[in-house]
Amino acid sequence: MQPVEVIYFREYIAMLFPKGMIALEERNLLFILQAIMLLIVIPVYILTFIFSWKYRATNKKEIYDPDLVDNKLAEYLWWGLPFVLTCIICAISWIKTFELDPYKPLVSDKKPKTIQVVALQWKWLFIYPEEKIASVNFLQIPSHTPIHFEITADAPMNSFWIPHLGGQIYAMPKMKSVLHLIADEEGDFRGSSANLSGEGFAGMHFITRASTEDDYQQWVAATQQSMQQLGFEEYEQLALPSTDNSEEVYQLQDEDLFDRILMKFMAPKGQ
Amino acid sequence: MFGNLTWEAFRHDTIQSMAVISMVFGGIGIAALLFYLKRWKWLWKEWLTSVDPKRIGIMYMVVVLVMFCKGFSDALLLRMQQAFSVGDSQGLLEPGHFQEIFSAHGTTMIFFVGMGIVFGLANLIVPLQIGARDVAYPFLNALGFWLFAMAAILSLVSLGIGHFSTAGWLAYPPLSGLEYSPGEGVDYWIWMVQIAGVGSTISGINFLATILKMRCPGMTLKKMPIFVWSILCCMVMVIFAFPILTATLYMLTLDRYLGMHFFTAGGGGNFMMYVNLIWAWGHPEVYILIFPAFGTFSEVVATFSEKRIFGYLSMVWALIIIAVLSFIVWLHHFFTMGAGPEVNAFFAVMTMVIAIPTGVKIFNWLFTKFRGRVHFSSPMLWFFAFLLNFTVAGMTGVLLSAPPVDYQVHNSLFLIAHFHGMVIGGVLFGFFSAFTYWFPKFTGLVLDEKLNKYAFWCWFSGFLLAFMPLYMLGFMGATRRLNHYDATTGWHPLFVLAAVGALIIFFGACIQVYGLYSTLKNRSKHRDRTGDPWNGRTLEWSTASPPPIYNFAIIPTVNQLDPVWAMKRDEAPRPVCHYEDIHLPINTAIPLYMGILALIFGFAMTWHIGWLSIVSFIGIVTLLILRLSGHDEHDVMTVAEVKKIEAARGSYG
Repeated sequence: MQPVEVIYFREYIAMLFPKGMIALEERNLLFILQAIMLLIVIPVYILTFIFSWKYRATNKKEIYDPDLVDNKLAEYLWWGLPFVLTCIICAISWIKTFELDPYKPLVSDKKPKTIQVVALQWKWLFIYPEEKIASVNFLQIPSHTPIHFEITADAPMNSFWIPHLGGQIYAMPKMKSVLHLIADEEGDFRGSSANLSGEGFAGMHFITRASTEDDYQQWVAATQQSMQQLGFEEYEQLALPSTDNSEEVYQLQDEDLFDRILMKFMAPKGQ
Repeated sequence: MFGNLTWEAFRHDTIQSMAVISMVFGGIGIAALLFYLKRWKWLWKEWLTSVDPKRIGIMYMVVVLVMFCKGFSDALLLRMQQAFSVGDSQGLLEPGHFQEIFSAHGTTMIFFVGMGIVFGLANLIVPLQIGARDVAYPFLNALGFWLFAMAAILSLVSLGIGHFSTAGWLAYPPLSGLEYSPGEGVDYWIWMVQIAGVGSTISGINFLATILKMRCPGMTLKKMPIFVWSILCCMVMVIFAFPILTATLYMLTLDRYLGMHFFTAGGGGNFMMYVNLIWAWGHPEVYILIFPAFGTFSEVVATFSEKRIFGYLSMVWALIIIAVLSFIVWLHHFFTMGAGPEVNAFFAVMTMVIAIPTGVKIFNWLFTKFRGRVHFSSPMLWFFAFLLNFTVAGMTGVLLSAPPVDYQVHNSLFLIAHFHGMVIGGVLFGFFSAFTYWFPKFTGLVLDEKLNKYAFWCWFSGFLLAFMPLYMLGFMGATRRLNHYDATTGWHPLFVLAAVGALIIFFGACIQVYGLYSTLKNRSKHRDRTGDPWNGRTLEWSTASPPPIYNFAIIPTVNQLDPVWAMKRDEAPRPVCHYEDIHLPINTAIPLYMGILALIFGFAMTWHIGWLSIVSFIGIVTLLILRLSGHDEHDVMTVAEVKKIEAARGSYG
């Protein structure tokens, strides 16, 4: 680790200093909601302090009124005030939930790129069906291009998460989930699984390299020349449990690999 | 003969072996001490076969203390592992062992500490506060306790024989399915949770009936102390929620034992259904845990402000609304499942609405102090710590309930910080407050206040140091349950900070244990002879400390909230001295035997020892039939005996 990196602390705080539009929106929502809640919580703290001190038992000068046990107006106020603030929070969250639905395609003048993600025991397989390549524990994407992730697992449930770019979604066997993300800056971002999936779970992290379109094309071209092939047979070898896997790249032999992985769970038992 | 049980099950690494050895020696030590003091008969007659809710409540506390030590040791190991296991260092624990420890930590703390606190407090406080001599179903109550205690013992057995589950405290399939977890760990988990869960349902039924049917004359629902209201709502949630847990676990059991496909990935199973069902229990469960703390603080704030609780009706309605809403928010635990925005938005709104009644409670506590006389005794200090932590955790909870924010922080350490703020800042601080507040009632001793305050400051500062960094770690992309991480993540300093916080908490816990010991040792110094050391308000403070077996020689009649307070202000009549014969249920060993058989059954099922499972199951059913065909017998305590006890108590009145 370089000393410079340590000083440059904000680089580590992925969620507060996002590198993609989705993560930015999600962070902003967090700030807005937090600010609204502080409107009510800060006065509560101040009142707690004031009341506790002012009416301390040793302070005999203050009024003591043990029969003051309710006040309709006051109670309307503190049923009403949280109600209003909660309505605002709910409304904002409702709208944002639709806006930031992970299944919703991103608006962009660039054509979205489809990348298929398979969580295995215990590594991530990325399939680029159009480029006919695949990689393990390494994800390269062009920046400023919407990425359409199709996600599944051939393992216990995982969660696919690149905090710099945006929120996660579960990677579930036999099911396909969808996530749309975009990188607005170039850089290497840490991605990982956020859901316990067994022994090698802690090692299920990967590098997401967001690069310029040119760099991306170069990487694709180089990968297409890779000596390693990935068809369904090689895949079944790859899918065997293994921990702390290194980065690998493959030529993709089987364009329908992702669907075949999904279909594995659809077959009747014993076939 | 022994199913899947082989010598292999007894092989452990150093840390586990040490834990097992200390546990075995501790057990032998206690047994030897009992022989030496010739106390076996006393233990049997006065405690193990007792159906007195006060005794059962204290036994709950003992189990809670033991299990808390275990759960807390787990927590310290987790914190140490994460403080050291960075970069090239792999730390102290293998991944498998680490996963066992966090699974055990969650299971222990929720099922054997949290639920023990709930039912322990209910046993101790509810009958006294409603002016009853007993509970509605003493046998069921004892059975509930013994199932709970034996399930806790099963979890300790799993330390020594075989291994605990590595699938997390909620054992999500398909990870917990046969394909990915073929060993005995998940089976252990299933049976200990199943046995404890059945115990909870049974106890819940008992307390619902007790509160509804056994209140003293004059105590209408609207004159019940808030603590009793909180337990009432809590028990309603128990009764609705725990059967869901039981049924869900049975389906998982069928998957694992008979190869069925409820929750498997293949074969037409749907494991997300398990996740839905377990949280349909799990979310009410977290409110079940927090409600007694709400109730406790309502009593504590009123007592230590020398004022009646502000806005009683609002407080009650807030409890009821929270209890109802708790059943329609479960999906917020997995917004990341990929349900449509309509579904996520609905559950988000339902969740956020809970902030309203919770906020009302906080305002009412606050205004109870308004124009009161606030004493800064330690039960009250816990309240202040609760208020601070609970509002912070509440705010982060609302953040988590907004789906787009949740996508970013779900399953990260942000979530861990949030719910530990709830369960430590809420449930545990509430329990400590209750413990300090009601300890004199059951022992006649007031805990050492100075040590209490030292412990409080350790817990409070340690908690902040241990969990505030986790919020930041969550923002930095640190997920939960990692046994190792790379140095390049920049997480290390914060993990070290959190570990230091855990050590400070440990120090605070040690002071508490020492405080307990020192109070019991210097009895004469801490003795409270009044039965009412805090200038209390509710009925439990009108009887002796510790209360006689029948709680009240004369069943009180009340005409308002806080009857004892009113009596002290001469606003309510004092009871007329007229003794009568008192009927009390007699001791029975059947609940204990059924508990032991349930333990054997769980163990036998875990290891697939068929004959033993069948024998123990038949045993349970036989005992049940035996009990059902018997008569309900009572002990009668004559007026003369009551008079003798009351006279010995001296000058109350």
